[in-house]
Amino acid sequence: MMTTPKMLTLNTSADTPSQRRHWLTRWKQSSILIGGGILLLLVLIALFAPLLAPYEPTLQNLEHRFSLPFWMEGADPAHLLGTDHLGRDYLSRLIYGARISLGIGCSVVVVAAVIGTSLGLLAGYFGGRVDMLISFLITTRLSLPIVLVALAAVALKGASLTTLVTVLSLLVWDQFAIVARTGSQTIREQEYIRAARATGASHLRIMLREILPNLRSTLIVIATLEMANVILLESALSFLGLGVRPPTPSWGLMIAEGRDSILFDSWLIALPGGALCLLVLAVNLFGDGLRDITGKEAKR
Amino acid sequence: MLRFLLRRLLVALLVALAVSSISFSLAYLSGDPAIAIAGAGGSAKDAELIRELYGFDRPIVVQYADWIVQALQGNLGTSYYFSMPVSQIIAERIPVTLLLGTASFIVAMLLALPLGIIAALKPNGLLDRIALLIAVSGQAIPSFWLGLILIVVFGVWLDLVPISGADSWTGFILPVVVLSYYALPALMRLMRASMIDVLQANYIRTARSKGLGTTTIILGHALRNAVLPLVSVAAVQLGILLSGSIVIESVFALNGLGRLAWESLLRSDLAVVQGIILILSLVYVLLTTLADLINAWLDPRIREA
Repeated sequence: MMTTPKMLTLNTSADTPSQRRHWLTRWKQSSILIGGGILLLLVLIALFAPLLAPYEPTLQNLEHRFSLPFWMEGADPAHLLGTDHLGRDYLSRLIYGARISLGIGCSVVVVAAVIGTSLGLLAGYFGGRVDMLISFLITTRLSLPIVLVALAAVALKGASLTTLVTVLSLLVWDQFAIVARTGSQTIREQEYIRAARATGASHLRIMLREILPNLRSTLIVIATLEMANVILLESALSFLGLGVRPPTPSWGLMIAEGRDSILFDSWLIALPGGALCLLVLAVNLFGDGLRDITGKEAKR
Repeated sequence: MLRFLLRRLLVALLVALAVSSISFSLAYLSGDPAIAIAGAGGSAKDAELIRELYGFDRPIVVQYADWIVQALQGNLGTSYYFSMPVSQIIAERIPVTLLLGTASFIVAMLLALPLGIIAALKPNGLLDRIALLIAVSGQAIPSFWLGLILIVVFGVWLDLVPISGADSWTGFILPVVVLSYYALPALMRLMRASMIDVLQANYIRTARSKGLGTTTIILGHALRNAVLPLVSVAAVQLGILLSGSIVIESVFALNGLGRLAWESLLRSDLAVVQGIILILSLVYVLLTTLADLINAWLDPRIREA
């Protein structure tokens, strides 16, 4: 495997005055705070969507199609962010869309983390043939065009949230496996692992109790960064009409629906796209900040 | 070197085989491929006909072996929609994807190298922070959305470029901008990290103490070593650009492989989808294998390991 991540701690401040270093720390802390803050806000919005949304997200009102948002002239005060081509309240759909993005993002990352970490632990701890087999699996997975395979699988299996989560989970476990593999390869050689082995601890116990806790912070970083990735993937699949099915409000799907009226009402695609950018940016900032704090450069 | 070469090629071959079986088994995801091809409106009799026509009534192992043998001879089956050999359709559409992918890759590299080097010269300086901002936003913006926004701004409002299609080269400007911006962050970040690493080496300090200028040191001494780690990642990015252009091709209505795959999926033209997945995966395997060989050739430590 040539893709083995190199653990490098970058000493970026070789000739930097301490003042600058202070600035850097503040930047990293603030990126966690800003990212985490926006993320928390969006999670709360998603959780309390039924309380916050002024309308049902799927409620159609064909007499009030394409109402304009508040900053444009002739806006309808009943619909703060206007209505779409079926007269559905855009604000409500945006609020419920956060549920889809975050829900799919979280569930996919949890399943993928379990798959990837288990494989990586096995490969790194046992080495030899097990390692060869699992490294082979990782290489094969990396060789597959991910968007295309996901599209094909969803198209053939029939689009449902369960299918979507299953397919994406089976496609994004690779980073977890790579990191867990290299991590456990290093830890395996440590004295205390040999000591644990000598006292009769089972392989499973060593992997779960001795090695896994040491990888926790790195894996959490990977999880946040992968979540951003999954959110973008879901939106792309929904945009292409092979992800979340209408009338469920997904930001990617809303962009696809707004595309037909792109010439006249470009705010219809600007809003869900902006929401997506904000969420992914928040997740990325949070993950990047975490990575810098844990001090490990987990290469993407 | 020969042993390394053989081992690497063997792995590539095995991966290609694994990828081909995944691509083959996609047809069975829905349960019965004949019913999938017949579509929602197809009767049981249609499905039966298709089963015989495509040989789905044979044992699955026989079908797979047959598919592989045919694929090795360049025969990827027949598209039921076009009634044409899949390989011929792919050959017609692949130039657009290759052009789009390589052009975006070259643009991304031309930007990533200087930006990464400049960022590395003064870590945490103003330019470094601007580069970081470019990287962070590049990773957060969905490429299909960026494409649509650019179409509105440059195609509709400013009327500078055609909003879809690739009748002339101007149709490629926006897609290339979007795709290269997508590939830029990973390449730039790695170039920066690698250059910072190299600049701390002893031979750089020697060069500096000899009184050489920064430009000479960077171009003459540091760059050659700093680029090494970039080779594998560049290969991966090129592979991703080629296979990842599916969304961009449909946004800009470019007749490449990605759009073909998407349209074929919507009309359940399975043979075409399988063929495209196989081809793109093989290109990726080829690229990463090449990158490993280049790395081994550049860095003797790898091939002796």
